[in-house]
Amino acid sequence: MLAHLASPRTGGLLALAAVIALLPLVLRNSYFYDVAVLVGLNAIVCIGLNLLIGYAGQISLGHAGFFGLGAYGSAILASRYGWPPLAALLATTFAVALLAFIVGRPILRLRGHYLAMATLGLGVIIFMVISTEDKFTGGPDGISVVPFRIGGFVLQGERIWYWVVGALLLVAVWLALNLIESPTGRALRALHSSEVGAEVVGINAAEHKLMVFVISAVFASVAGSLGAHYSGFVTPAKVAFLHSIELVTMVVFGGLASTFGAVVGAAVLTTLPQLLATFEDYEMMVFGAVMIGTMIFLPRGVVPSLARLFRSHRSADADNKANKA
Amino acid sequence: MKSTLAKNSFKRGFAAAAAAFALISGPALAQEPIKIGAFLSVTGPASFLGDPEQKTLELYVDKINAAGGVLGRKLKLVSYDSAGDAEKARTFAKRLIDQDKVDVIVGGSTTGETMAVIPLVEAAQIPFISLAGAVVITEPVKKWVFKTPQSDRMACEKIFVDMQSRKLSKIALISGNGAFDKSMRAQCMDVAKNYGIQIVADETYGAGDTDMTAQLTKIKNTAGVQAVLNAGFGAGPAIVTKNYRQVGITLPFYQSHGVASKEYIKLSGGAAEGVRLPAGALLVADGLPANDPQRAVLVAYKHEYESHYKSDVATFGGHAWDGLMLAVDAIKKAGGTDKAKVRDAIEATHGFVGIDGVFNMSPTDHMGLNLSAFRMLEIKGGDWTLVK
Repeated sequence: MLAHLASPRTGGLLALAAVIALLPLVLRNSYFYDVAVLVGLNAIVCIGLNLLIGYAGQISLGHAGFFGLGAYGSAILASRYGWPPLAALLATTFAVALLAFIVGRPILRLRGHYLAMATLGLGVIIFMVISTEDKFTGGPDGISVVPFRIGGFVLQGERIWYWVVGALLLVAVWLALNLIESPTGRALRALHSSEVGAEVVGINAAEHKLMVFVISAVFASVAGSLGAHYSGFVTPAKVAFLHSIELVTMVVFGGLASTFGAVVGAAVLTTLPQLLATFEDYEMMVFGAVMIGTMIFLPRGVVPSLARLFRSHRSADADNKANKA
Repeated sequence: MKSTLAKNSFKRGFAAAAAAFALISGPALAQEPIKIGAFLSVTGPASFLGDPEQKTLELYVDKINAAGGVLGRKLKLVSYDSAGDAEKARTFAKRLIDQDKVDVIVGGSTTGETMAVIPLVEAAQIPFISLAGAVVITEPVKKWVFKTPQSDRMACEKIFVDMQSRKLSKIALISGNGAFDKSMRAQCMDVAKNYGIQIVADETYGAGDTDMTAQLTKIKNTAGVQAVLNAGFGAGPAIVTKNYRQVGITLPFYQSHGVASKEYIKLSGGAAEGVRLPAGALLVADGLPANDPQRAVLVAYKHEYESHYKSDVATFGGHAWDGLMLAVDAIKKAGGTDKAKVRDAIEATHGFVGIDGVFNMSPTDHMGLNLSAFRMLEIKGGDWTLVK
């Protein structure tokens, strides 16, 4: 029973659920809720991206493109053409999944730097299309988005969004953890350590890579759609290359191949600029120092490094006890 | 805010004790400061807007406080760097409203950032003075939203009026693909017919392009073109200007207010000679006639800014001066920081002499400027001169 709780699938999920449930006790006003919602949305993207980067070992520098397609797809369908937001979200998600499926096949044949270049190019193309096609997207000035509604119920206000995004985050974590523990997840990890080795034992590398690419694009697209409805406005900044880098940074900062690491990375890197805003001119310097410091002292990312530290302490304690006995 | 309330009721209930309290703590402490909230693109791609805006706000909040504040209360500036990102601007606006509880918001260097924040300020019912240019900010009118810079539509109108006076009616348009360029192009297309202007050629170039001779050659070969108008800012217009001379076009050449900085003249070398553009009067502050209503304000701002920061004054800083001073003026008239009263006072602004022009706000006009806010300038001898 205890062992079952200690496994990340149940123990970790319960801990995350507890954090989400208890957090409102310290969220004093809607500004805090707003930051929490942004953390949640970023975390959902990062969980998907972490499946791709952390587990399957494939880099993507174009995920802001999928995020942006989700945001703009929902914005255009719901705001310009008056689609019900839920239908717009589902249609957009499907279209993004299809796009990822089509471009993923040739792109994922590439490796290392070439893969990075190709995904970067994909992101840049999406960015250019969105900022140029101003008839649909509003161009560089952006587009406003109607609130999310299901039937007669309008999803508005930070507090309601907090619970919605919180619930979705739990679902995203649960999906990711299950995927990793499944045969597919083991195949992905095998792929990460050696593609040739994996193929030798009968894993279809191309198919697995493509699948996880599509899944991560879907995570980003859904978060993008919801983010657009939540903030009521999207600009191409959300699609820009810099945002892709931010997402990858969150994943690496939190810890590769750790779903909770992705959540922690998103949380830290979303709230840190808010905390540092009071430093004014020194904001960027402090931010840089925190990043460098973490990478030097916790090189595997926050969560895996701390977990390792904790484990080695515990095993040392156990050794001590054994010696005394 | 709870502590203020408590303090107030305490004072009301025990007048004598309150007097003693005021004596001990001094008037500055007894009064809460007036909080001016700002979110500006101090870093990032639009930092050329946000940086002078931020400096202007800091400089003048200090100056006002040194002179005793407003209504006996000090001003407190709460400013965040939104880095040109609409999402950040939105979060910071929320922070200003919910966390810092500011009395009025001045900011939004770009149109995108401003538009992202408008739903929030409308819901929170807080006066908001935007520093961004596009006409969509105040048209249609939003109850709590005002803006100080001249709009791109006015720039088009100013140019077309000048063209009319020179009997030019068939023009070619060349613009970039940035936010500013696109918005201005659309506005010019929209108002051209009101001035009997016909746009016979419409060329565009990309943000990173380094040569526009192809587009200009096409314009040169278009029959009947009498003048050329370039909408854009940054390096693009300087390259267009250089190419314009290289291709050998001799038609009158107009630029937008987007190039109203010395950098443009420097970048285009001698090619900018004879180019006309609409711009705020700040560029020619010292050259204005003595009876110009704006002269005193412009000269004072220019000299204070330049002597304090040891760098050239920029029109964009002027937008922030106007935003701050309009807010201060309204707070004085409202006799406090009651948000609805301050909003009404801003809307009732009449004959306010600012950097961007003379403001006359009304319930149907939340910018309050007319075409006199723009001056038609011509570049002569590497400097701005006023077209008479």
